[in-house]
Amino acid sequence: MTYLSPLIGLGLAVIAGSIMFTFLGKPPLAALYAYFIEPISELWSVHELLIKAAPLILMGAGLCVCYLSNNWNIGAEGQMVIGGMAGSILPVMFPEVVGPFLLPAMIIMGTLGGMAYAAIPALLKTKFKTNEILTSLMLVYIAQLFLDWTIRGPWRNPEGLNFPETRRFDAAARIPEMMPMDGRANWGFVIAIVVAIAIWVLMSRTMKGFQVKVIGASPRAARFAGFDDKKMVFFAFLIAGATAGLAGIIEVSGATGQMLPTISPGYGFTAIIVAFLGRLNPIGAIVAGLVLALTFLGGENAQVVLGVPDKAARVFQGLILFFVLACDTLILYKVRLAFGAAAPAKGGA
Amino acid sequence: MGITEAILLTIATAATPLLIAAIGELVVERSGVLNLGVEGMMVLGAVGGFAAMSLTGNPWIGVVAAIAMGALAALAFGFLTLSLAANQVATGLSLTILGLGLSGLLGVEFVGKAGTKLENISIPVLSDIPLVGPLLFGQDPIFYMSIALVIGVSWFLFRTRPGLTLRSIGDNHVSAHALGIPVLRYRYLAVMFGGACAGLAGGHLSLVYTPVWIENMSAGRGWIALALVVFASWRPARVLAGAYLFGAVSIGQLHAQALGIAIPSQFLTALPYVATIVVLVLISQNVRATLINTPAMLGRAFVPDR
Repeated sequence: MTYLSPLIGLGLAVIAGSIMFTFLGKPPLAALYAYFIEPISELWSVHELLIKAAPLILMGAGLCVCYLSNNWNIGAEGQMVIGGMAGSILPVMFPEVVGPFLLPAMIIMGTLGGMAYAAIPALLKTKFKTNEILTSLMLVYIAQLFLDWTIRGPWRNPEGLNFPETRRFDAAARIPEMMPMDGRANWGFVIAIVVAIAIWVLMSRTMKGFQVKVIGASPRAARFAGFDDKKMVFFAFLIAGATAGLAGIIEVSGATGQMLPTISPGYGFTAIIVAFLGRLNPIGAIVAGLVLALTFLGGENAQVVLGVPDKAARVFQGLILFFVLACDTLILYKVRLAFGAAAPAKGGA
Repeated sequence: MGITEAILLTIATAATPLLIAAIGELVVERSGVLNLGVEGMMVLGAVGGFAAMSLTGNPWIGVVAAIAMGALAALAFGFLTLSLAANQVATGLSLTILGLGLSGLLGVEFVGKAGTKLENISIPVLSDIPLVGPLLFGQDPIFYMSIALVIGVSWFLFRTRPGLTLRSIGDNHVSAHALGIPVLRYRYLAVMFGGACAGLAGGHLSLVYTPVWIENMSAGRGWIALALVVFASWRPARVLAGAYLFGAVSIGQLHAQALGIAIPSQFLTALPYVATIVVLVLISQNVRATLINTPAMLGRAFVPDR
């Protein structure tokens, strides 16, 4: 049932999506084909899929740690933005610096940037007991505005004809493509897979991972066991922030090769769906990240092929999360039909 | 009309959607349910209200549609979190994601269309009083509704039997259930009321504040409304104060931008979000007041017969 419920949820989302396409006056089967089959029927677009999947997998895996430990970090989008900016400091402000150490330095700076930004809600939660849901979300808006100002202001490309964009990165500052002959996919995807597996090992094979789960499932039991829940808040937020920062610099250095006023079409929010669709399991997040990346790619394709507005993809993503959560009831409770006036629709666990 | 008066009027206009959405969410949270989907319900109300107004030409039908849209979205949330006992935080987030997507999709045809503004209602004689007259008695209809909502909700929660019952459910749903109170029925009604309020708040944005449809026009106001409920420690009168404080901050930054103050516009736009964080930190300092007022069951699923 654990693995069946996301599949049922996905199936229901597809059915609801078909109804939506019918209402939009598009043939549902053709729309589903454009969404889910066409994008993976050609090699170059599989490459595009991997590019979109990398940030989703990274952040989805990181958010698993947060949500399992009851830390509701919904600000991965902002942590990704700050990570992308921190990682871009060297190629934008010191373009004369090139060398083999440049790319590793950028990746480390990006990761640290995401961690630093994620530390803010963690600090506020532990020190002042401030609700992390609201602070982490407010920080997204702040990060996006800060990025917008930076790109239009101090970081604007001096030779860029006044377009709001930074200078293009030197080849040494770009994450290399895996198979340049076939498509654009870069090694960022491999980094994402490795990180997701590392987080899975951390969660399922180490004491720290055990502590995360205990604190999330039963804070009282965790206190009796002597686990430090304040440290855990930081741990969860820093892991998630690190993955988001990494996702940011991979997106900037791998996919775009320069900084723009917006660097993500909402990957940080979609990563929340990834985490839940993947059953809060980092390995599950790999699969879920690929599925959600497909909805992004399929959305673009359906817009070109069928003229479906690109917003349909967002609706699809929302529907997936909605139905997956509904199907979680199947895991937690045994469904039993009960007849009679006062009888509840289902029994206890 | 003097400049002070004009500024005060715009503050009221900016505060009204925050106030309505927050007062609705306050009732929801008092019943022990945390609905993080305010932003999604609000933006759905905005698009529903504008679409209905645009199709019929009557902004009042827009108001009704906005309310219905919010309540309908809340019903979906209620089904998941109440009937299926799904995680409230995650479901609320999914409602926001879904609402932002769906509103974009529904609104495609209405982008760039001019709307009919909901006319102000001036109460004769009273609106002629200098300064306070136009401010209190010369406003748009939704402004009056917002004030009526604050008074009505205060009275309902703290002066009526069903209000007491609602609060008791929010503080201990197991005991309430044992006393024979229909917990889920109360919560469904509270959640739908919250949705209707969020929808109305969205309707205010697209029918009064800026009578056009812009994608994502709620711009985080739903989240600020959620913060206001915490800020107000679940008390309606304090929500009123908080909403006007935030209205003042957002209008202040607009005026600062218009005056060409040498601060980048992005920093000024970020001000309400920064203010939210600062206010949340300050309010969470007062641990005792927060503990007393926070509904103890907030965010916990209730499964009957256990």
